[in-house]
Amino acid sequence: MELELSEEQEAFVSTTRRFLAAECSTSAVRELEHDATGFDPAVWSRGAELGWTSLLVPESNGGGSLSEHGLSDLVLVAEEMGHVVAPGPLVPVNVVAEALGRHGSAEQRAEVLPGLLDGSSVAAWCGPLPLAAHRDGDRIVVRGRSASVEAGAQASHLLVTVDLDGGPTQLLVGADAPGLTVTPLDGLDLVRRYAEVHIDDAEVGSDSVVGTVGGAAAAIERQGHVACVLQCAETVGAMDRVFEMTLGYLGDRYSFGRPLSSYQALKHRLADDKMGLEACHAIASAAARAVAEERPDADEVVSAAKVWIGPHATELIQDCVQLHGGIGVTWEHDLHLYLRRVTVNRASHGTPEEHAERIATRLMGAS
Amino acid sequence: MIDTHATGEMESVEDFRVRAQTWLADHLPPLGDGWNDRSDGRRERERELQALLWTGGFAGICFSKEYGGLGLSTEHQRAFTAESAPYDMPFSLNVPTLGILAATLVEFGTHDQKRRHLPAILRGEELWVQFLSEPSGGSDLAGCLTRADRDGDVFVLNGSKIWSSAAYASDYAMCLARTNWDVPKHRGLTMFIMRIHQPGVTVEQIRQVDGSLEFCQEFFDDVAIPASDVVGEVDDGWTVASRLLVHERMAVGGGSPYTSGASMGHDSSGTDTTMVDAAREAGTDGDPHVRRLVAEAHVRQLVAGQLVRRMIQGIATGAMAPPAGSIMKLFGATNVMRRSEIGLEIAGGSVVAWPQDSPGVGARLGQASLSRQGVSLGGGSNEIQRNIISERLLGMPRELAADREVPYREVRRSGPSR
Repeated sequence: MELELSEEQEAFVSTTRRFLAAECSTSAVRELEHDATGFDPAVWSRGAELGWTSLLVPESNGGGSLSEHGLSDLVLVAEEMGHVVAPGPLVPVNVVAEALGRHGSAEQRAEVLPGLLDGSSVAAWCGPLPLAAHRDGDRIVVRGRSASVEAGAQASHLLVTVDLDGGPTQLLVGADAPGLTVTPLDGLDLVRRYAEVHIDDAEVGSDSVVGTVGGAAAAIERQGHVACVLQCAETVGAMDRVFEMTLGYLGDRYSFGRPLSSYQALKHRLADDKMGLEACHAIASAAARAVAEERPDADEVVSAAKVWIGPHATELIQDCVQLHGGIGVTWEHDLHLYLRRVTVNRASHGTPEEHAERIATRLMGAS
Repeated sequence: MIDTHATGEMESVEDFRVRAQTWLADHLPPLGDGWNDRSDGRRERERELQALLWTGGFAGICFSKEYGGLGLSTEHQRAFTAESAPYDMPFSLNVPTLGILAATLVEFGTHDQKRRHLPAILRGEELWVQFLSEPSGGSDLAGCLTRADRDGDVFVLNGSKIWSSAAYASDYAMCLARTNWDVPKHRGLTMFIMRIHQPGVTVEQIRQVDGSLEFCQEFFDDVAIPASDVVGEVDDGWTVASRLLVHERMAVGGGSPYTSGASMGHDSSGTDTTMVDAAREAGTDGDPHVRRLVAEAHVRQLVAGQLVRRMIQGIATGAMAPPAGSIMKLFGATNVMRRSEIGLEIAGGSVVAWPQDSPGVGARLGQASLSRQGVSLGGGSNEIQRNIISERLLGMPRELAADREVPYREVRRSGPSR
């Protein structure tokens, strides 16, 4: 999180924190383990009332933000959700809401945005990789498969990227469209639900196009950036909480007649972990600023954040598991909830290795 | 010096930036290859560059007007630093002279000391160093053995200091010495301003693994220092030294308000092409493993720059305690270690031998790797930084110290017994 927030942002953080503390304890998270939806719709709607789904949407479409750039506010929610490994489709809903607010037709906005903004419905983002599409008269026929679509089975609508007329194009497809099969998947996170989306010659009207045919490249890049920024903020929030838990634990536990926190070997480990944590905060905030302000270096800073935070997050939490001793590898302890979340985040929206290759290409051309 | 804002109202950052831009373009030479050179000739050149800044009215942006500075804000300083990036600047004056010693003098110096030295520093006439570490051990700074005995209006110093950068070519030092042996170690120290070139001071250069002769050891043999050159209070030198170390971490991390232009060794702009050049030289720029290493090295630079920004902002706003400077220092040092390792890996066999007339990037990376631990040792070792982070930032219990509350006379120590 940025070290300097406006008064409005401070108030927003504290409201969000209080709400999450009351409604999203880790025991509440555990109770949702076998729930098909993975979140409590009533809680999500109340989060939406607090602004969780409207910050990236312009006021004219029913949204609104505290700061000039709503993403600077939304990362605060993501980080708070990371603190408590909260359930809820924050990334897909916001990515789709922003895309529709920016590029959707009046009909698309009227049909989908109100539900996303009040939390009564969910949308899924099928990612940047295009599915095959061709025209058949005035219909568009889509065929392909998107793996690991977050909230795919909970969504009323899906934002699908296709290759149409030789260019990247996005379509808003209803979940009940004929030819669309959404298969729920099992996954590492206890409450974050993914689905495989299979589209078998689904026919949609040209009114499904979001933006222009073949002209969605910048919008798709932006969606990836927003997803990564939110995910990095959430991961850093999770790291923050685990670090704090571990620091407290080492102070409370005694061995050989002295607190664990008095051993220099462990002090130095926590010093390194603190350094790693602050470095993750720093690059996550930098990515959030670059994307919020739509700066030309946004793509580079986002990839830097993905390269840096992914492995450092899992490493820090694994180290905290080690510092907790045996209790750290039990189901009972909450550490694994955090480890699951950051491991999933590490491997989503581009792995660190994929983002490293993007940076390498930027530095020395394609291999 | 030109005072272009005599009305007393502070010039806006943007006006200042525009004025600096024009002046820099008219007066400073472009940044050449020689900027990282640590030779004596380069040092003298940097004194001239500093004098040029002074004449142009751009020296000491955050120093008060009373002592020759501009009395402007850190935003002005950052604007100037950004504008100065394409030009040759007096980089080495930033650390230690401006960022560490002038900063400490601003905080603790008497009016007379500041009047005597700060304008001279800003004119490039005085280079300063710190005389803190001793041959008996560097991490336990307060355990210093150099003694200062009062004799009327003067103190007489005897002992030895080590690891001062370019003391032989500098003019003044801040020197920490023991003035009281009958109290616990932190309470019997005094900080002095010492003129380096004077009777009784012998400076010897130390040859480092990279062949450089920049670091020095000094020997003091009845060096007389007037009592008016005490910085802070007699026997309260630890307070001064502690703040000096805070300034050091800020300056070395690239976050001091008292410096001008980029700090040496801290290219966090991500424009360093060494790794890419090394990969191309080795013909492995298409190798997936090498590409990942190049990306990692680049990301590390970007993260380092953002971490410095965050820590400085945190310390300035009070969101983080000043020991957060140790996070920057530790990151900077471990970053050098890792980047050196990446460099060796990319350079491969080219570090072994090279044509006499054309040493390549591999030669440079191999040589540099030999002294990579220098950054992890100087300015407080990584181990000391980890103690500071864990104890003073995270509030973990302090290390057991056998010398706490013991008169220093009775403390066991290495080095020559007194």
